[in-house]
Amino acid sequence: MKKIALAKIDSLLEAISKDMNLFAPVDNKSTVNYAEWKSGDVAVFDKMTVRSAKDAFFPQCENMSKFSRDQDNKIIIDKLETCDKDFVVMGVRGCDIKAIAVLDKVFLSEPVDTFYAARRDHSILISLSCSKPEETCFCTTFGIDPAQPKGDVEMYIVSDYAYFNTVTAKGEKLISSLNNLLENAKDSDIDSAKVATRDIMCKLPLHDVTTDGWGAGVLEEMFNRPEWEQLSSSCIGCGTCTYVCPTCQCYDIRDYNGSNGVTRYRCWDSCMKSDFTMMAHGNNRTTQLQRFRQRFMHKLVYSPANNDGEFSCVGCGRCVAKCPVSMNIVKVIKTMGGEKL
Amino acid sequence: MQEVKEFKPNIVAFCCNWCSYAGADLAGSSRLSYPAEVKIIRVPCSGRVNPMFILKAFEKGADGVIICGCHPGDCHYNTGNFYARRRMALLYSMLDFMGIEKGRTRVEWVSAAEGAKFANVMNKFTSDIIELGECVKLGDIRCKD
Amino acid sequence: MQGLEKKIKDRASELLQSGAVDGIIGWEKGQFEYDPTPAVFTKETGLDNLCYNNFCGANLSKYLVGKITSDKKFAVLLKPCDTYSMNQLITEHRVNRSNIYIIGIGCNGHLNVEKIKAQGISGITAVSASDDHVNISTIYGDSKLAKKEILLGKCEVCRGNVHVIFDELIGEELQTPKPDDRFEMVAKLEAMTAEERFKFWQGELSRCIRCNACRNACPACTCRVCVFDNGRSGIEAKANASEFEEQMFHIIRAFHVAARCTDCGECSRVCPENIPLHLLNRKYVKDINEFYGDYQAGDIAEQRNPLVNFGDDDIEPTTVSDKGGQK
Repeated sequence: MKKIALAKIDSLLEAISKDMNLFAPVDNKSTVNYAEWKSGDVAVFDKMTVRSAKDAFFPQCENMSKFSRDQDNKIIIDKLETCDKDFVVMGVRGCDIKAIAVLDKVFLSEPVDTFYAARRDHSILISLSCSKPEETCFCTTFGIDPAQPKGDVEMYIVSDYAYFNTVTAKGEKLISSLNNLLENAKDSDIDSAKVATRDIMCKLPLHDVTTDGWGAGVLEEMFNRPEWEQLSSSCIGCGTCTYVCPTCQCYDIRDYNGSNGVTRYRCWDSCMKSDFTMMAHGNNRTTQLQRFRQRFMHKLVYSPANNDGEFSCVGCGRCVAKCPVSMNIVKVIKTMGGEKL
Repeated sequence: MQEVKEFKPNIVAFCCNWCSYAGADLAGSSRLSYPAEVKIIRVPCSGRVNPMFILKAFEKGADGVIICGCHPGDCHYNTGNFYARRRMALLYSMLDFMGIEKGRTRVEWVSAAEGAKFANVMNKFTSDIIELGECVKLGDIRCKD
Repeated sequence: MQGLEKKIKDRASELLQSGAVDGIIGWEKGQFEYDPTPAVFTKETGLDNLCYNNFCGANLSKYLVGKITSDKKFAVLLKPCDTYSMNQLITEHRVNRSNIYIIGIGCNGHLNVEKIKAQGISGITAVSASDDHVNISTIYGDSKLAKKEILLGKCEVCRGNVHVIFDELIGEELQTPKPDDRFEMVAKLEAMTAEERFKFWQGELSRCIRCNACRNACPACTCRVCVFDNGRSGIEAKANASEFEEQMFHIIRAFHVAARCTDCGECSRVCPENIPLHLLNRKYVKDINEFYGDYQAGDIAEQRNPLVNFGDDDIEPTTVSDKGGQK
């Protein structure tokens, strides 16, 4: 266990970012988002980011290949290189750590997504123990312990110090390179903070949300519930929930026709959008009710059915905080009866 | 080491079929010259120009966009250019509000009889754009590489 | 507010019971004080959850657009500013007036939870407001904020407590907040240099995630297929792959509603990245006022808006681009 005074944390960030790209929650005055930390930026560890840490592995937009013609009018295909430099993602909370595991299942199972896999291989995760969970948090519903999330390095913020506990070899290498900035600390220094976090989680207004009644095997029953109509009538069909979600993984591949060639890129897609999974014959889902139901059925039924009971919601509460009309997964779960009595 | 190339601007001119497009013809047949950088797109009326066309032109690498239509009151369809005038006033003001150099957009009224005016307008606009240089604030980078 | 909520519930119950309407469009109580959801109430039993508190900022008029093909009659709860949007929808024939029963409700300003959270307050468990103060209880302790500091952007420039269209009023005597000058920020930007303005917008728009919340919440955006969702439009995109697409999306979004935008402020209210999108719309409003005379979309139904109108000696676009910023 190592520690550094919070007042000096910038020198640590400076040291990391000297050799590697460092992604951290950065305050840009209006919102806090993961961004490449540069000298002078203010890293914020006690506020929830609007977007999740998935940005670091699965960015909203990325180029995949380029097509152009050479002098003889032959088509040249440039495959773009995948990530080949190590980078650090710092301040990842328990919910986002779990979300990365969910994404890994999707992108790292055959056929492996090479862009994602390269980023995962080159990433060093510094997880963050939550010290100030928000009222929208309900990660404990999905069995997540926000007090001790697993990363390559675990970071704890207790009073005026940031503590670092190395877990993996990758993490060990990073922390040992920063040894001159860090002081030694006792493992027991963070115990009380962990207890405090777990206590707070029990007091949060959403701590009683339960997924009882959801999961594999209730497809037919849930799909046909009459409540979908009332719930979806509030939804305005924007993509906010899907874009701030740490586990939403749908994307679209498109070609951009430039003056000198074509760029093939992929960008996030959203099941809330009218042209989601558009095919030659038209669209699978033509009403907002169907699109709305798709999103929640995917998180709470289809996903566990295909992934050994693993839900693809992690209770980070971003959609709860950001939905323009405050219609969210918690309201869906509760309306369908999932509240502990 | 790359040699410094002379800046050749990309200029898009939307010209009304009934006036300035014929004005361009007249400029040509009168042997008046205007810069080859001006690419004319013929439209049935200046009122046909959707504000999106202008943004689209910038996206694809235009450095300046000019719209030419009939003098107010002379529209072939009576009122098309009046609507265009209001639309473009608002759009240009917005581009300026977003911080785009104000000289990159223009509307001029040129009749079919004004070949000389057409050539003058294009010469002036092109030299203005050359002075402003390449448009870097608008445009999709994927068009440039 | 509590008294008003009770009155609204009673009236809604009467309307449903008598069969005068088939549904009530209002707000449904959420998990917390600050997250009521717009909802359609069709059964009297559901009305227990109808709520009208300090966080009912959402403009419900947009919900009527989807009901235009329905033969059912809906009552809708509209605050004074929301009625402008309703008028505009009626003008554009995007709603069926004969199937709508408008209940104008009083308003004394709504709060923005984002502004509360920006003060570093989290873990909110309860919020109670008096005329000028708001008490916030959280699991980490209580705090008290001046109401003026945490009003929704649209309430800061409130246009008063007059409902421009209604079938009946409830609680219209509530005092709306005293408004600031709504063009102050636009004027401030106009006074900057082009370079500063460009930097400002680059900083703001670079946060855009293209969730389309601004578009979907906007009561003036009522196209069946939006140009940004239309594969044949040439500008369809699901993400901002380049900086230009951010500018393009927001210029076009604001232009499509220019002269029809009632300045209801929904775009900025719903933006998850807190981008001040209303400034773009408001710039159009300001320009229209300056170029073609004062105009307020939606204050009178069935009026012709300045962009489908013209004058003999309107300002020349070239004059606008020559002068830039200042007129």
